[in-house]
Amino acid sequence: MNYYVIVDVTLREGIADPEGSTIERALPALGFTGVSHVHAGKSFRFDVEADDEGAALEKANALGERLLSNPVIENAVARIGERGKG
Amino acid sequence: MKTFGIVIFPGSNCEYDAAAGVTQLGAEARFVWHSQTDLTGLDGIILPGGFAHGDYLRPGALARFSPVMNAVADFARDGGPVLGICNGFQVLTEAGLLAGALQKNRGLTFLCQNTTLIVESTRSVLTSGAHKGQELVVPINHFSGAYTCDDETFAALVANDQIILRYKDNPNGSRADIAGICNEAGNVVGLMPHPERAMSTLLGSADGRVLLESFVSARVGAH
Repeated sequence: MNYYVIVDVTLREGIADPEGSTIERALPALGFTGVSHVHAGKSFRFDVEADDEGAALEKANALGERLLSNPVIENAVARIGERGKG
Repeated sequence: MKTFGIVIFPGSNCEYDAAAGVTQLGAEARFVWHSQTDLTGLDGIILPGGFAHGDYLRPGALARFSPVMNAVADFARDGGPVLGICNGFQVLTEAGLLAGALQKNRGLTFLCQNTTLIVESTRSVLTSGAHKGQELVVPINHFSGAYTCDDETFAALVANDQIILRYKDNPNGSRADIAGICNEAGNVVGLMPHPERAMSTLLGSADGRVLLESFVSARVGAH
């Protein structure tokens, strides 16, 4: 069976995030106040053929760690998504 | 005559500069396509600058899986000199042959300028002919050059004398002004600046020569 999986890749705690802080600094000029702790990251979406959700997530997490992220600076977390809704 | 392999990934763009640098120093350069797995007969390997595999995902992330990289890892394990310049440095960190990672520059701008480097250690194949504290003017040309690592890795780099070059005036937010590092054995080196573009005063600086001369004169398995 095919599972629709989303993998979010974010910078690890304590790693400088120049993109996130640049976005955060730009927000007040656009009238958005009260927004803080902005972090930039990436997300990936794909189908995984597996027997159940657990197996699909296990595979997605493994490839997230091996390829989609650099574990030195990033975390990769897989979740089951809902097609057409992100 | 020594022969140096210069690996070309799809998207590499400094391979001719690297070859010119090596041949100016009396050695031969041989291009090695990234799908090749045979590195026999080579006295050293250079991973040149550029945008291997389009830098998709992250710089170096896909190049690390090119077939040649297993051979490069074997070559390095046997003590062979391996040099990663700019994108080549990023590939070596992604491949786990060097510690840490290169992140986007602190100012989020592509930097193309001369920098002054300070030789921090002479125990690597790239810096053995220089002297500690020597200042070298060498250009940088990158977007993701901010060296990053966790505290444990940093402590190990310092303890093992693996930080070989530092920026005098940190241009990109690198941790501890790091411009280049080596592995524990000193035979695998990576740096963001381009010594192969600093080979002649006519073109701005000849300070890269001492680095490439060190590399070209390194002996396989000597470290």
